[in-house]
Amino acid sequence: MAFDGPALRLSGVTRRFGNRWVLRGIDCEIEAGQAIALMGRNGSGKTTLLRVISTLLRPTKGGGQIFGHDLVEGAPEIREFIGFLGHNAGIYDDLTAEENLRFSMQMAGLAWNPADAQRVLTEVGLLNERNVRSRGFSAGMRRRLALGRLLLRPPKLLLLDEPYAAFDQPGIDLVNRFARRIAEDGGVAIISTHDLARARPVVDRVVHIDNGRLVEGTAPELSPDEHAARVVS
Amino acid sequence: MSWQREWSRVRAIVWKDLTAERRTKANFNAVLFFAVLTLFLFGFALGPDADTIEAAAAGILWLTILFSGVLTFNRSYEQELEGGALDALLLYPGERRSIFIGKLLANLGFVLLVQGIMVPAAGLLYDLPLGRAPLQLALVLALGSLGFVTLGTFYAAMASRVRAREVLLPLLLFPVLIPLLLGAVESTAAILGGDLMGNAATWIRLLVVFDVIFLAACLIAFDYVIEE
Repeated sequence: MAFDGPALRLSGVTRRFGNRWVLRGIDCEIEAGQAIALMGRNGSGKTTLLRVISTLLRPTKGGGQIFGHDLVEGAPEIREFIGFLGHNAGIYDDLTAEENLRFSMQMAGLAWNPADAQRVLTEVGLLNERNVRSRGFSAGMRRRLALGRLLLRPPKLLLLDEPYAAFDQPGIDLVNRFARRIAEDGGVAIISTHDLARARPVVDRVVHIDNGRLVEGTAPELSPDEHAARVVS
Repeated sequence: MSWQREWSRVRAIVWKDLTAERRTKANFNAVLFFAVLTLFLFGFALGPDADTIEAAAAGILWLTILFSGVLTFNRSYEQELEGGALDALLLYPGERRSIFIGKLLANLGFVLLVQGIMVPAAGLLYDLPLGRAPLQLALVLALGSLGFVTLGTFYAAMASRVRAREVLLPLLLFPVLIPLLLGAVESTAAILGGDLMGNAATWIRLLVVFDVIFLAACLIAFDYVIEE
């Protein structure tokens, strides 16, 4: 579907849980090809905003468009090109790493292809654990596998909620490479984080959320080396 | 959205749920043990009188199926909630009712498997004439289980995001199951008693109607109840 304008546009998005307003009128536009850092204190509304954008939550008021699809009415179409890594890895403990990917491919409507699974497991560093049940995985390994699930079907809109938690430096690099790749392929990556230092090499823009409202932040200043490091090989 | 793609998603959920259960067997062992224990307890409560047991046997059988089945439904969504897998499941492209159908088929397979052991056990314990009309009895068990599992899977999804879901599920489920329980108990009793009055067919028709109505209603409403 062809569309004009920003890849993501939110207008007056609010979200209430009971009597508590978590989002209080979010207006935001993000162009295709951008990676965004979403910063904010605990409870400021970062996760809720990502969940609304992901279509997991409906806004109480307001709306928006994502790549030309209405945020509410077009939710089934949006789910065709979205990738969301939340706080929890969302993998199945009683399945092996490879079986988790297999399930993911089938649910995404892709044909099972062991070569794809092998490529992804290699990329996330879990090839040797491919036949191991994920119950025994560390938190970092579980998040790597969750990231692998997204790598199977690279999304146009990538939403990462505190993606650096539980990751070592190679894991952080993996997340950043993936986010940058999505942006450079014409998609949008939104990284919700407390730690701008880790996201700095990869993001084009920083927005802050405070008490349910967005405040434009300062773009991260990158050294030439960091600019160079953005290039995804 | 092709039906082949949706059917592939249904099969993936059935495979995932049954594979996880086959590996742990935690739920199967617990449910089976609970079901057999319940049969024993009813037996003790009713005493040794053969006529009393014969009169109550169909009711005991179906209450045991219902009580043990509730444990199954709670577990069915627990594995999605552990580790936040439900969010990932809801974000896959495609019809969300495929998730419901997959869960329903996995639960139905599980409940029928438990019945495969529990019903013969009940036959032995209560000296029931299970061989009198085995096909009719199997049909009643299948139809009753389909309606029960349809509603159980639906209400478990509804209760899955609530903290007291273990308590809430039977409170939501059992009142709606009364017509099904009535149809299942009456038809089972008729079959076990030789169906001299030809009552079983009437009650079986009630089960069919119940299954069709609630299957359709649950398929339509699932999208709304699974949302946060």
